[in-house]
Amino acid sequence: MIDVSKSLAIIAVTAVVTALIRFSPFLIFHKGTPKPILYLGKVLPHAVMGMLVVYCLKNTSFISAPFGAPELLAILFVVIVHKWRHNTLLSVAGGTICYMLLVQVVFA
Amino acid sequence: MEERQQGTTTRAKNTVKQAFIASLPVMAGYIVLGMGFGILLQDKGYTWPWALLMGVTIYAGSMQYVAVDLLAAGASLISVVLMTVMVQIRHLFYGITLLKKYEKAGKFKPYMIFGLTDETYSLVSRPELPENVDEYKYYFYLTMMNHSYWIIGDVLGVIVGSSFAFNSAGVDFAMTALFVVIFVEQWESAKSHLPAITGIVITAICRLLFDADTFLIPSMIGITVALFLEKRQLEKVLPAEDEAGEAVAEAKTAEAITEAETAGTVPEDTAQKDTAASSMKMTAEEGVTHD
Repeated sequence: MIDVSKSLAIIAVTAVVTALIRFSPFLIFHKGTPKPILYLGKVLPHAVMGMLVVYCLKNTSFISAPFGAPELLAILFVVIVHKWRHNTLLSVAGGTICYMLLVQVVFA
Repeated sequence: MEERQQGTTTRAKNTVKQAFIASLPVMAGYIVLGMGFGILLQDKGYTWPWALLMGVTIYAGSMQYVAVDLLAAGASLISVVLMTVMVQIRHLFYGITLLKKYEKAGKFKPYMIFGLTDETYSLVSRPELPENVDEYKYYFYLTMMNHSYWIIGDVLGVIVGSSFAFNSAGVDFAMTALFVVIFVEQWESAKSHLPAITGIVITAICRLLFDADTFLIPSMIGITVALFLEKRQLEKVLPAEDEAGEAVAEAKTAEAITEAETAGTVPEDTAQKDTAASSMKMTAEEGVTHD
């Protein structure tokens, strides 16, 4: 764990920025929203989720054993289970357990 | 006088009751996803008051998962700001569609805006209000109930995670799994896959060019630039520019249904109402994944 004041600063910044984003339409945009912002609002969420998936793999090595196999297999598991049942809790919990088994047992 | 008072009490009680009923689908989702967050947080060495603090003050699902990572890495505050903006920018649009609805919410308004998560948005943006409830109090209670489920889940996660001795290696994958789930759902509903592909490709390229601690900021800049370069192509497939977007469409459907009902035209409208109800249910369920 990093030190307390740095932790508090990160939490405070996250909280303030989150609140600012939620409040800003009521403060700024009640007379209309600029078109570039409207455009970004439609396309950015999709791009960001792709970014976050890659972000989660930032420390996975694909050039040394096991070549990202646990991550890729568990992601495949999540995609299949989610396409099958469309149940978020099942997909997240199942995928996590699958990954834990892969790193603790299969690729240990 | 007495009668009127009684009426007010029943109405107040009914408002709480209806809000509670409407919040139930969110309860399970928030407690479980909150626990996932709590388990991740305690895995990085944080105790339950930290989870409580974050659940109360940040109150944003996927962002709190990301924040665990930022905390673990001791990220710079500028990258915290950028990351929060990128992850939370969608909330801007919830506010835009609720400008009118929340206009006269009075003293409840600041908290209702603060607590505008994906799930809460999906519930308050339903076109129909239950009968015999105070509108703004109903939205206020809904917001508060969802917030409390999230806080309970966060704290429970830390307690459960730290009191059962288990090999936690790999538990971080909960975050990846959550993002993959949202990615799949967005992919299925997207009119164009270009933004999703752009996000993956640019981030992957930046990870190759930069190291694990610094690649995110170039990725964000690259994605924003690329999306503007793709604007002409994307705007051909995106729905026309409309400020209030879906909320307007939804409200119109509801109006049409109500009008049709009053007019007394039965069979077709019942079918229409069922579709509207099930699509609303879907919105609520979908909501559970997004935050």
